[in-house]
Formats: sequence, C-alpha cells, structure tokens
Amino acid sequence: MVKYLKVFSILVYVALLAGCAGGPAVLSPASPGAGQIHKLTSLVFWIALAVFLVVEGLLIYAAVRFSRRTEDSMPKQTRGNRRLEIGWTLAPAIVLVVVFAVSLRTLRLVAYQPSATTAAGNVIHVRVVGHQWWWEFDYPDLNIVTADDMHVPAGAVVDLQVESADVIHSYWVPQLGGKIDAIPGHTNQTWFQATQAGTFQGQCAEFCGVEHAKMRLEVIVEPADQFQAWVAQEQAPIPTLTGVAAQGQQAFLGGACVGCHTINGTQAQGKVGPNLTHFASRKMFAGATLDNTPENLARWLANPQAVKPGNKMPDLNLTDTQISELVAFLESLK
Amino acid sequence: MATTTGALALPRRYEGGVLKWLGTTNHKNIGILYLTTAFVFFLVGGIEALLIRVQLGAPDNTLLSPETYNQIFTMHGTTMIFLFAMPILVGFGNFAVPLMIGARDMAFPRLNALSYWLFLFGGLLLYSSFLLGGAPNAGWFAYAPLTGTQFSPSHGMDFWALGIILTGLGSTAGAINFIVTILNMRAPGMTLLKMPLFVWQMLVTTFLILFAIPSLTVDAILLFLERNFGAPFYVASQGGDPLLWQHLFWFFGHPEVYILILPAFGIISEVIPVFARKPIFGYGAIVLSGIAIGFLGFTVWAHHMFAVGLSPIADAVFSLDSVIIAVPTSIKIFNWIATLWGGKINVKAPLLFAIGFIAMFIVGGLSGVSLAMVPVDFQVEDSYYVVAHLHYVLFGGTVFAIFAGFFYWFPKMTGRLLSEKLGRLQFWTMLVGFNLTFFPMHLLGLMGMPRRVYTYDAGQGWTLPNLIETVGAFIIAIAIGIFLHNFFASLRKGQPAGDDPWDAQTLEWATSSPPPAYNFAVIPVVHSRRPLWDQKYPAQAGGEPAPAAQTPTLPEGERPAIHLPGGSLNPVLLAFGLLLAAYGLIYTPWLIAAGIVIVFAGIIRWVLERR
Repeated sequence: MVKYLKVFSILVYVALLAGCAGGPAVLSPASPGAGQIHKLTSLVFWIALAVFLVVEGLLIYAAVRFSRRTEDSMPKQTRGNRRLEIGWTLAPAIVLVVVFAVSLRTLRLVAYQPSATTAAGNVIHVRVVGHQWWWEFDYPDLNIVTADDMHVPAGAVVDLQVESADVIHSYWVPQLGGKIDAIPGHTNQTWFQATQAGTFQGQCAEFCGVEHAKMRLEVIVEPADQFQAWVAQEQAPIPTLTGVAAQGQQAFLGGACVGCHTINGTQAQGKVGPNLTHFASRKMFAGATLDNTPENLARWLANPQAVKPGNKMPDLNLTDTQISELVAFLESLK
Repeated sequence: MATTTGALALPRRYEGGVLKWLGTTNHKNIGILYLTTAFVFFLVGGIEALLIRVQLGAPDNTLLSPETYNQIFTMHGTTMIFLFAMPILVGFGNFAVPLMIGARDMAFPRLNALSYWLFLFGGLLLYSSFLLGGAPNAGWFAYAPLTGTQFSPSHGMDFWALGIILTGLGSTAGAINFIVTILNMRAPGMTLLKMPLFVWQMLVTTFLILFAIPSLTVDAILLFLERNFGAPFYVASQGGDPLLWQHLFWFFGHPEVYILILPAFGIISEVIPVFARKPIFGYGAIVLSGIAIGFLGFTVWAHHMFAVGLSPIADAVFSLDSVIIAVPTSIKIFNWIATLWGGKINVKAPLLFAIGFIAMFIVGGLSGVSLAMVPVDFQVEDSYYVVAHLHYVLFGGTVFAIFAGFFYWFPKMTGRLLSEKLGRLQFWTMLVGFNLTFFPMHLLGLMGMPRRVYTYDAGQGWTLPNLIETVGAFIIAIAIGIFLHNFFASLRKGQPAGDDPWDAQTLEWATSSPPPAYNFAVIPVVHSRRPLWDQKYPAQAGGEPAPAAQTPTLPEGERPAIHLPGGSLNPVLLAFGLLLAAYGLIYTPWLIAAGIVIVFAGIIRWVLERR
C-alpha cells in the first residue's frame, strides 16, 4: 500500500514536471555553470532514486513478508551479523565518497575565480546591491546605474560583486547559476557566462523583511548589438521634454521625489530608492513585480503602500493631475 | 515530606487538583505535563501551518498581510521546534527513562519540575507577544541584522530572545538531570551496554543539548544586549558582523536537529523489536552510530551557510562532514529493516507509525545528502526544496515516531489502549496528507520558489503545486483530528491494557499500568538487554544461564519502605520569578526587581526544604 503511495507521489511529480513549460528553472540551465550544477543534480537524483527503490523496497517487503499470520509467534532471535553490518557500512560510504568527489569537481568549476573572469575577453562587471526590497545594478565600467532589469550581452562573462545596503539578501537567478548572499559589511563575488539569449527570472532568496516575497529581478541576455544599443540609451542624457511630460518633470524635481531618487543630470540625487534616469526603458519596476505600464505606474504613485505594503516609498498623497503628469514624465525617460 | 502511598507523595494539603500538578516532582506526572503541553503547542503550530497553506493556496492571496504572515511563519517554526518537538521528546524521556533503567525517579526531581515550568512559561511569554505589539517576525532562525532594532523596531524579537533564553534554561537543566540519572541510577546489573536503546539515544541527545543550547542562549543574550543596550555584535556599521550570528546560531542549530531526531530513533529502536518479537539487530552498531551522529553533528554547522561566501575549501570541509554523517544514519535504517526481517511481525499501530517513520526518513535523508553537495545547495538552499527536506525528517521522521511512542506508551501511562482501528485510519490519512503536502515542495524549490514568501505571482508557474500542498495540509489536519478523538475516547472507555499489552521486552512493562508512584516495589536486578523478555521466555534467552530480572511483588496490603521525594512548589515559584524578570527586561526594571526577589525566595526555600 505504501509502495503504491510512493509510486503515486512520483507520478504526481512527473505530471507536475511535465506541466510546466520548459521544466523547472534549476533543471533548465542557460549557462555553463548552471549546466554543471544540473549535471551533478541529475547524478545525485538517479543515485538517490536507486537507493530509495532498493531500501524502501526492502522495508516494505520485510514488513509484509514477515507479518505474523498465525498465533505461532516466536521467531529466531537473531542479534546481528558482523559481515552484513560491515558491508552496509562500507557500501554507502563508498557511494557517498564517489558522489562527494564529483561534487568537488563541480564546485571547482562553478566557484568564482577572479583570474578566470579577467582573462576572458568579453567581461561585464556589475555591482549588485540588495535593498529592502529591490535590486540595484551598477555597471562601474559603463557609468550606468539601474534597477530591476540587468542587461548583459550574450557570450559575455558577467562578473558580479554582490553587496547589501541594509539586511541580508540573496541573489538567485536559477537558470544562470547558484545563489550568493548579499551581506552588509561584506562583498561577495560570483559570476556566470551568458551563453544563451533570453530573459531569466530571479528572486531574493534570503528572508529580508516584510516584502521579501516581492524582491525579484530579471536578467536580460541579448545579442551584442542590442546590448550596445541599450548601453548607449542608458548613457545618454535625458531628453528635453515638452507638454505634460515637462510639467511632470517640474513636479518631480520640485517634490519629495528628489529625496530618494536620482535622475542623472538633474538636482535629483537621492540614493535611497532606485535610479530612475531611464525608467521607461525598463520592462518591470517595484522590485520587478509590476510590468512597466502607465496603468501600473499610476496605481503605484497613487498609493505605493496599497500595492506593496511596508515598502519604503511612502504614500505622497498625490492628486490625480500630479499622477498623470509624473506618469507622462517617467514614461518618456527612455 | 517523605510519605509512601500509592498516590503522589505530597503533604496532605497539596493532594489533588491544581496544587498537585503545580507541585509535582514525580517524573511520570512531569512527563505527562510535558506531553500534553507540547501537544497543545503542536496544535497551535499546526493551525499556524494551515494559515500559511491557505495563504499560499492561491497566487496573490490577500488572506494574510505580509506582516502577519511573517509573524505566523516565525511562530510556526519557533513553536514546532522549541515548544513541541523538543519538549514532547523530553516528555517521553521523563516518563520512560527512569522506568526503563529500574529507577524510582530522576536524579533531581525538583530540577525536573523546574525544567517543565521554564518550558511552559517560556512558551507563554512567546505567545503573549501576539497581544503585546506583535509576535516575532524575523524567522525562527532570526538572522541579524534584520533582528536589530533598526529593522525590527517592535518588541517581537525581544520576546523571541527572552522566550528562547527561558526555554533554553529549562532544556539545559533537563539535560543535566537526564545525564546524571542515566549514568548514576541504573538498576544493579544494567551496564551501559545493557541499557535500552531509547535510554542510549536520550543520553546522547542530552549531551547534545548540554553543549548546543548554551550556544543559542548566548546568541539570544547577545541579541538582546544589541537591541536594548546598543551592543555592536551583529551590526556591520558598528564593527560587528551579521555572520557572527549565523555561526553561533548554526553551531547550536545543527546539533538541534539531531536533538530532534535521536530520541525518535530511540523510540523506533524500542518499538520495532517488540513488534517483530526479536532483539534489535546490531545493538552495538545502533549505540555507536548514535554517538557518532552526536559527535559529528557538531562539525557540520556551516552547511547551512554554503551561500554566504565562505571559501570553497571551507565549503568542501563542511560538505564532507555532512556526507559522512549519512553513514551512521543509514546503518540504523539497515539495522531496523534487519530487525523486521525474519520476525513474526505483530502489525499494530505503533509498528505502523514506526514503519512510516523509516519510509519517510529515507526520503528526508536522501534529500539531505543532496543538500550536502555544495553546488546543488547553491541552487536549492533557501528554497522550498529545503522546506521539503526538513519536513520529511521532522514530520515524516520525528512526528511519526512521536505517534509511534504515543500508541506504544499510552497504555502504560493510562492503563487503557488507544483504538487500533482509529490508529490505522489516522496513520494512512496522515501518510497520504503528509506526502501530498511536502513531496511537491521538492519540485517547487527546483522551480525557483524561495522560502518564507507570503505570496507569489500567477505567472511564476507555482500555483498548482501550492494548491496540492494546501489540500494535503488539510488532510493532515483530519488525521490529527482522528487522533484527538481517539485520545479522548480511549481515555474514558479504551480497552483496559494490563501491565504488558505488547508482550514487550523492557522494564517499564514489568510494572502496573499506570505504574505506582514508586515504580518498582523492589529495584530489579538486571542481567540482559531485555530483562522482561528473558524473564518471560527463558528458553529464548540465547544460552545465558543467569537468572532474569527480578520484579517481585510484596504480600497484599504490605507497604514497601520507600523514600520518595515529596512535591514542592519552589520550582514553579522560581520559574515564575524568571518569567516576571523577563517581562521586566522588556517593560520596566520594577518587574525585574520583583522577579529577582521571587527567584531568590524560591532558591532559599528550595535549599532549606526538608526532603
């Protein structure tokens, strides 16, 4: 009976597995590092499955085969068997040592090595800073500071320096590699090679307070020319604005926004919240939990606390006019 | 006050009612107090789990606000570990260990009571936080710097720290009590290698408690000093380091999980031989592997920290130790299977739960080995994969073993059997519900769902597994409901059990059900590992010609001349003083003073008390 339940559970697993498009993230690697981990995970899984079937099978067999059927009730009082016990001590030990050795090899392959990244021809350096509850991306070589979306060119080695502005967070984009914590007072280094183009989801993986669940990010791996175009766009100054957008710019620079946000080339130099210079070029905002649309932005500005309760942006009690001006302004910051 | 009667030996004015329980120092009563109190906390923690599961049953759910959710999951973990699992295993230990070693009580009966009251008052302190500004909300593991006043300004984390300190004092005192009792009060002839395996596992566990819990107590004190007196231990900007918290915490935290599983191993090691009707296969290996696990358990703590940026060499060392620990653990599993093998298995509820334990623990152990591989852990650490692993070992493992223990020892405690039919119904319901709830979590972790999230997006693809898990959780709840019905119905009109309903092997079954206050009229002399069995079946004694255990009875009406410790109200008084002082540390020095006065009064009365 128990065996049938085990089989049932495995079938549920397989069904769920088949149900998700492209399979679970950890098992759909999009970088060599994630690929190495996937190989190790598969090895461990198959060995574990074999051990499970054998040991669970022996247990169920013993429980069923030796169930008392008559009142005759005195079995042989076996106390032990030295050879058997030595055997089942050595066998698991050997299997474990072998798998451990493989895991060491994988660890060496995925661990951060500063020499490897500097030697690579095509390296992008990004400083990843975890904030309650959004991710900041600072490209020191390119003079770009942005948030939520991390663009990298396909084929590049991406060298990440991971820090925290407040509490412990954890940077995790499963399709691109394992996670690394962002710890205040520490700088952690990690890397990945972006061999596959696409958009990859990530999420903070260390409980960091009330909105930990909504601290996400996207890594956008794009062909080199698109990446260069994005860089040029991010490095450009903000356009000269007219009309409602210009009124929005006035409202922004004259209001509380400048206390927390930066817009390059203006007097808005706040460092508490995300840099908004090219806000309109981002796919998502609010910790990559909202699609960047005028409707969502209006909803956010109307009351950020209603959208993401506890986040650090207060309700500014903006009027509808101010909101539509600000939306026009921010959505023209391409 | 030394008197000898069939009832608890208290001065007449304490007999009966609330005062009897407030002043009891008898290990069986204290064991029952632990078991019932811990089970109530289990129900509370279970309700918290159901709230979590309902909130996560649908994406973008708004049943619980994020702040409430974070308090609920923090209290769920804290409750289940400190207020349910540890105390309930200590409860079984309290009831069974003195009986199993042929002693009349624990070495320090009043200290035993104090441990219980510190547990209860620590738990009440923790739960009072819900009414006093909010419960702790930074996880049961309380990582700095989130727990500092900058990020957790309410008193919640102060309640957490003080609750941990109070319950920790109780655990440490209890550990000392068990170690002294087991090492000093065994019946004549019971060498260490003739002790029942449950006693062995409790011995190793209490050594673990003795060395691990003080580490946690120190962490909590340092946290309290940081939050209330500006001490800089865990805050980077003041020269401290958040990682200090993690090292100190996990140095406790890893042995803690062995504290939670070794007594369970002990229960299984008692139940399987009794129901297979043969000795445990490889007694020596079970003893040695228990000691090995206890020792190795202190060397693996940083496997909870593989993602913090330790060097790969450090990661590799901790990984190796974690892999090595799988060896003594698997030895036990093979020994249990070999015990069943060739037996004449009496398939009753305790055995069903024991087999369920082994079956689920195998899964949890395998996922644990996968987590010990650093690169795998890089991916699934802090994801639902870990939630799956920990629940397979702590629920599939410890909780199933606890129910095995309940069904096994309930007759000894109460004189009645639990319903076998309801027991089977509960077992299968719980098995199905448990696997439905926790197996899909392996998959969710692989799909990228982190732990401790109050919600998720419909577009993340996590909806169906979460829904299945929520359904499973309610099936578990039904199983618990079946148990509660079984418990209350059997208490009132369960089948009378007699002294030895399972035809068992160890000394506790040589007494009446329930045992008299003094346990044994005459302390037995022990000659083998299975003293009662060898007395009942001398032909099976395997060629040992020595006489089996003697548990003679006295002529009718004659009272044995036995000195028993009387009851005492000083333990509850002392614990209450500490509770007041704890509230004082949060609110006002006047309460600290009042608490300290009561503590001193309690100590002085304790010392001067005539026994």
